[in-house]
Amino acid sequence: MSTIVVFVEQSGGTARRASLECLGAAHATGSQVVAVLTGEGAAACANTLGAAGASKAVVLTGTESFSPDATAKDVAAVVKDQAAKGFLAAASSTGKDLAPRVAALCDAVLFADCTTLKAEGDSFAVTRPWLAGKAIATCVSSAAVFCATTRPNVFNPVTDGGSVEVMEKPGTVGGKATVVAVETKPAGKLDVQEAPVVVAGGRGMKDAESFAILESLAAAFGGRAAVGASRAVVDAGWRPHSEQVGQTGKVVSPQLYIAVGISGAIQHLAGMRTSGTIVAINKDADAPIFKVADYGIVGDAFEVVPALTEAIQAVVSQS
Amino acid sequence: MKIVACIKRVPATDVQAKVAADAKSLDSAGYQYMTSFYDEIAVEEAIKTKEAKGGDVTILTISSKDATKEVRECIAKGADGGVILVDEDWMNRDCRATAKALASKLTEMGAELVFMGRVATDRDNASVGPMVATYLDWACVTNVVELEVGDGEATAKRETEAGLETVRVTLPAVITCDKGLNEPRYAGLKGIMAAKKKPLEEAACEAADNQAQVLSLVLPPPRAEGRVIGEGADAVPALIDALRNEAQVL
Repeated sequence: MSTIVVFVEQSGGTARRASLECLGAAHATGSQVVAVLTGEGAAACANTLGAAGASKAVVLTGTESFSPDATAKDVAAVVKDQAAKGFLAAASSTGKDLAPRVAALCDAVLFADCTTLKAEGDSFAVTRPWLAGKAIATCVSSAAVFCATTRPNVFNPVTDGGSVEVMEKPGTVGGKATVVAVETKPAGKLDVQEAPVVVAGGRGMKDAESFAILESLAAAFGGRAAVGASRAVVDAGWRPHSEQVGQTGKVVSPQLYIAVGISGAIQHLAGMRTSGTIVAINKDADAPIFKVADYGIVGDAFEVVPALTEAIQAVVSQS
Repeated sequence: MKIVACIKRVPATDVQAKVAADAKSLDSAGYQYMTSFYDEIAVEEAIKTKEAKGGDVTILTISSKDATKEVRECIAKGADGGVILVDEDWMNRDCRATAKALASKLTEMGAELVFMGRVATDRDNASVGPMVATYLDWACVTNVVELEVGDGEATAKRETEAGLETVRVTLPAVITCDKGLNEPRYAGLKGIMAAKKKPLEEAACEAADNQAQVLSLVLPPPRAEGRVIGEGADAVPALIDALRNEAQVL
């Protein structure tokens, strides 16, 4: 049986959802899954990963602050120790930062943001988007270690795995880059790439202040929604770049994407077309966004959104 | 300080994808090209760093000779020269082969600080920066939105899902640049004229063989035909009904 090493991100003992999905992707190939964790709470988190599909977990100890280059060396050493055929991480900002370093240390190519993963001979095959999803490539690798990152919100976590054997390994200290501070977002604020629901606004919102009605709509989902934005809105300075959806922003695939006052430029559509269900609210009945939307409402955002917010609040409070 | 900005010539972001006859690559006939969006930010940061700290800036790319136009445009903004590692198959070069070829050239150039975009907007792999740094055994910070370069060290802020991370690095380093780091300048007429006289080296790209192999390339399946539920706030109840009972997302 081949082995896949998965770097699991955790905070305070709780694994990041995208990392659980990544473990699920590894488990579904029928491989043995070895998790690697670091940071405060890593040991507590490691003990919970059996159910999530890991049969072993390696906890890196003695590292006080996170260094991506030092951690990459430790993870690559685990890949070698376990004679792993695969290495995976979530395509989060930490995973996408770490995984290329691990791949280079294994002298292997990396496939980022994969949307499928399967066993192929004694290696693996993935599909991944090109041009922000305008085309989809199926790729294999001749490297000894198959390295990839998995796109959040695409793979299913496993909850009925088995037991996990936890090991400790002293982590490398004294990296060339060290995280010295983290300014966290306000509690409960989800990232646009990880949220199950995205409420996105475009130029049709008219100004920065009007995004308050989209914040309210997002809040109505009870902590499950994030606010997104089109490029025009970010370029105008109404919203931060971290919320931008599209080819020069983030590619998202939430269960539900609500586009408000977004006309649907090709670069934006590339960034959200893999969403589960798409709702478009726009004054212009001919806007291209209606071509990819499952459900459309032609109308003024300032009338429709407050009514929708009330209706969603009612549904969420019932359930 | 020897500063290098690495750029990639990519299809313009408004192109439609067409699959070539081999069903493995893009049919690029009729494509317009541009310097990748985030690489423009890298070029700006390289020039800003030179203006603040001294040194010189070289633009480096792996591409066909057609990239002369993009490299000259970047030089015109205030860089001192350019290098094209000529590779007719640059579009299909994988991240490992690209990173190795860049790392070897950067060593030869004596680079001390390297800027790149956080991702190229064609293959979206976001891997070459940290891979180059790893092959060189240098520091690297990705997705940088704020940067302060000191003597032999730098402090960068990068965006993550959780918020802003502050990362301290020792130089030499690779910095991958995100939107928000700066506003790329336009080249002035003087810069464009001066760029014509600045050195542009063309060297053969001695790239490693690709490990990545593309088995197939397809367009995403079209989404099922949607419908307009109605007009204005009156349509909201019907939308809620559809989201609950058809789409089952509520």
